[in-house]
Amino acid sequence: MTAVTCAGIVGLPIGAALALARFPGRTAIIVIVNTLMGFPPVVAGLAIFLLLSRSGPLGGFGLLFTPQAMMIAQFVLVLPIIVALSRQTIEDLWTEYRDHLTSLGANRLRSIPTLLWDGRFSLVTTMLAGLGRASAEVGAILIVGGNIAGFTRTMTTSIALETSKGDLALAMALGIVLMSLTLAINGLAYGISRVGARFTGRA
Amino acid sequence: MRDTASMLPLVVRDLRLELDGRVLLDVPTVRIQNRRRTVVLGPNGAGKTLFLKVCHGLIAPTSGTMTYTGARPPSEIRRKQGMVFQKPVMLRRSVRSNVTHALALAGVGWSERQRIASETIAQFGLTALANQPARVLSGGEQQRLAIARAASLDPDLLFLDEPTSALDPTASRQIEEMLDFLHGRGVSMVLTTHDLGLARRFADVVLFFHNGRLVEEDEAKNFFSAPSSPEAQAFLENRLFW
Repeated sequence: MTAVTCAGIVGLPIGAALALARFPGRTAIIVIVNTLMGFPPVVAGLAIFLLLSRSGPLGGFGLLFTPQAMMIAQFVLVLPIIVALSRQTIEDLWTEYRDHLTSLGANRLRSIPTLLWDGRFSLVTTMLAGLGRASAEVGAILIVGGNIAGFTRTMTTSIALETSKGDLALAMALGIVLMSLTLAINGLAYGISRVGARFTGRA
Repeated sequence: MRDTASMLPLVVRDLRLELDGRVLLDVPTVRIQNRRRTVVLGPNGAGKTLFLKVCHGLIAPTSGTMTYTGARPPSEIRRKQGMVFQKPVMLRRSVRSNVTHALALAGVGWSERQRIASETIAQFGLTALANQPARVLSGGEQQRLAIARAASLDPDLLFLDEPTSALDPTASRQIEEMLDFLHGRGVSMVLTTHDLGLARRFADVVLFFHNGRLVEEDEAKNFFSAPSSPEAQAFLENRLFW
């Protein structure tokens, strides 16, 4: 949740800016961000491992094999999803609102808060996509967290461990708990989103 | 009481808009006068909406000048004009929030925003809808809100792009009454339409466009009694003209 929240705080304004800004290389950046949505987690994990390891540039912070390292990995994996999906949402909304907001004297920068607020229900879905990626993550957090019992072990890494140990019943039980949690969070967010949409008349 | 100063007249000179070598708009000279209702008339595709958008600053012309020669300083000119679109743009908010949002962008403080929004909503008969989501209103109600929202900013000049084109006669009548009310308060208007009935009732001055070109500019009574261009004559007689 922390990683997704941080990715939302950083990613939503970047997505909005990317939707509205016009500069050379914008198309290339959009293609790269879209590509990063499918960034292989183990590759991301390896890159962060190299950065955080003792001999890496950020090794001095001593973050490797800590929950913070796992959050960084999830942040890196979730951020492109939030940037790419929010860019598309905001760009569609801008097409609809552009003349009106320009008529009211708002330039592209000043329009960002309006667009983020009016796109909030679609952006909840974007955040849920990010949450789905983070909660299902195994590869990257296994590499940078080390799967240390009671410290950096998560449900997904536990499932991987128990499966490799042959305790399939425990792995399956953990899987059901994880699925239930994800279902509950998504159901709650969807419900809030629908109720909110009804009260604001989203088309 | 409204501030009686105005940014008008608007003087347009040698205005051209071209796209890929094609001339979309060609307006030699036009003078939009203060406190008058200028109707931009012409068939579909004549360039009426483009003319409005260029005058309002939404589209940059290829060449030409538009100069507001009235009493307003240049810094106030953007704020003292508004535009109502053919398909009203409704924010995903309540009726009241649609009005307060426009006021916020104009730099009006919070308490003043609430006061002006309440007054405007009441003035245009939208009080019962104030807390409704704007996007679930009927077409006529949305257009009334769009005009009320523009009026809340106390403009000198309102651009209205086919404000009644998608509305039934009752809703159209309500819109015309709103516009009459605003005109009575001293708001100048430039309105596009291809509805001759509306144009006859509303216009003080007519600009007639055909194929992107301004072909006639005249007082309404002269235009409707004796149009000088063959294109306008054909349009008024409901004949096709190529």
